[in-house]
Amino acid sequence: MATAEPIGVLTGAHFVDGDHACSEGAIAAGCRFVAGYPITPSTEVVERVAERFPFVGGVFVQMEDEIASSIAIQGAVWAGKKAMTVTSGPGFSLMMEHIGLAAMTEAPCVFVDVQRAGPSTGLPTMPAQGDMMQARWGSHGDYGIIALSPNSPQECFDLTIKAFNLSEQYRVPVLFMMDECVGHMIERVVIPAAEDIDIVERRTFTGPKEEYRPFQPDADLVPKMVKAGEGYHLHVTGLTHDEKGYPNMTVGTQARLVRRLVDKIRVNADAIVDYREEGVEDADVVVVTYGISSRTAIPAIEQARKEGLKIGHLRLVVVWPFPEKRIRELASRVKAFVVPELNFGQIALEVERCAGGEARVECVPHAGGTVHNPRDIYQSIRNCAKGS
Amino acid sequence: MARTEIKIGGFGGQGVILSGYIIGRAASIYDTKFATMIQAFGPEARGSATSAELIVSDEQVTYPYLTGPNLMILMSQEAYTKFSPELVQGSTIITEEELVNPTNLRKDLKHFSIAATRFAEELGKKMVLNIVMMGFATAVTDVVKPDAMREAVKASVPKGTEALNLSAFEKGYQYGLELKKKVKGSLVEA
Repeated sequence: MATAEPIGVLTGAHFVDGDHACSEGAIAAGCRFVAGYPITPSTEVVERVAERFPFVGGVFVQMEDEIASSIAIQGAVWAGKKAMTVTSGPGFSLMMEHIGLAAMTEAPCVFVDVQRAGPSTGLPTMPAQGDMMQARWGSHGDYGIIALSPNSPQECFDLTIKAFNLSEQYRVPVLFMMDECVGHMIERVVIPAAEDIDIVERRTFTGPKEEYRPFQPDADLVPKMVKAGEGYHLHVTGLTHDEKGYPNMTVGTQARLVRRLVDKIRVNADAIVDYREEGVEDADVVVVTYGISSRTAIPAIEQARKEGLKIGHLRLVVVWPFPEKRIRELASRVKAFVVPELNFGQIALEVERCAGGEARVECVPHAGGTVHNPRDIYQSIRNCAKGS
Repeated sequence: MARTEIKIGGFGGQGVILSGYIIGRAASIYDTKFATMIQAFGPEARGSATSAELIVSDEQVTYPYLTGPNLMILMSQEAYTKFSPELVQGSTIITEEELVNPTNLRKDLKHFSIAATRFAEELGKKMVLNIVMMGFATAVTDVVKPDAMREAVKASVPKGTEALNLSAFEKGYQYGLELKKKVKGSLVEA
């Protein structure tokens, strides 16, 4: 595997916020094009990118809006760059059309959403986790995507690199679902040496020009790319296309293409899912968390354990694809799942679907604006453990 | 588990946020502790009320917000009035002597004060009052090791101002050490 380009890697221990750590993760991952329309609470990501890019040979463009930002990055991708855009709720909504385009044209790129409380303009400076289903289903049509959710500035660094790597490996848009609390939280972030950072390079076609088929997949369902302008015939369209990339609007082509776009994530899901478990082996209740809620749940879990209750913790690092198999396995032997999230039940629905009626699923809802009071999570855990 | 929940208050331009940043950086980068700082966002501007909140702990910080501050460093009357009631029983409160009149000071609190602005003016730059406060706080509490604070000050202030800021830190630190000795002495006499 390739490793990071040393010029972009600020090796050492830093005291920085999640937004800045995300910028550093992107730069370390090899991102050299960022387009964005700055919006609270994600502004610091692009501020730092704009400041750092001149020193690493990157280009930052402050665009006229989020629609333009989310398409500019895809132009850069086809010109051979690794690229991302950065936004929050209202901007994320505007980007939905182009997330679909990136999925359809298999343009590897990263969309960062530092979630704030919505709907609409909502609470610009305060956290929420209300965009999780939008991340999965926000664009029209059917497609697969990958979404990650960091819970600390350190993970904002580490997982941004992972986001870029996954986007290259599967040629999908990867959605990096931060929240205001993690984005503005300042903690120690350790950036390793460049040679210790694994980088997935673009899967590139180098064969004869006449043999290149831009959308002909390898065995893992992912096609190879070329850079536009190097002499290969390249046609990229949002219309249903054949392996040459040309519009071919038939039922058969649609079935082949869209099935593959969905399957490349579904079939590879075991390799993509990433969750952290703690104390689930003999648990009666498993708390399923992601992002900042994984931290607010810990005092609640500790309190319940002090009282002798058997509580496990499963934290989603990759939220989409969802670890269906693992939740199904656990559902067959635990009493209940408790899902605290800064919304009124999004990932809880997914847990419920996978539990399939075998275990109780309790959402601990929250409208956002701040994080959960651990007492509320504790109360739900206790109710579920005692069967009340 | 030693968890210190710190709130620093003052008005915009005093370096309140930088002070929080320096403590957190000292604790988590130059000392062996964990620190989590939360940025309160609002229409803060020079001259208006501002605050920084952070947690310094021997263990990884899970819940990131303050639940009951037990150390406050306050540099304006407004901050004192607004924030000091939040302090938990037996907390430490550190104030800027000439900017804060500690009216109705709770008996359960350990109170230390220093004329940091005057010390800073003596050094030729009123701006470094926050660093004088940091030196003082380092001496009268044991949240972060003094050398870690010195390193963090050096690394966090604008380039070219390191020497000035370090002498500001020493001024506050030495004053704090002497005050602590005096307090101990008076306790023994009593």
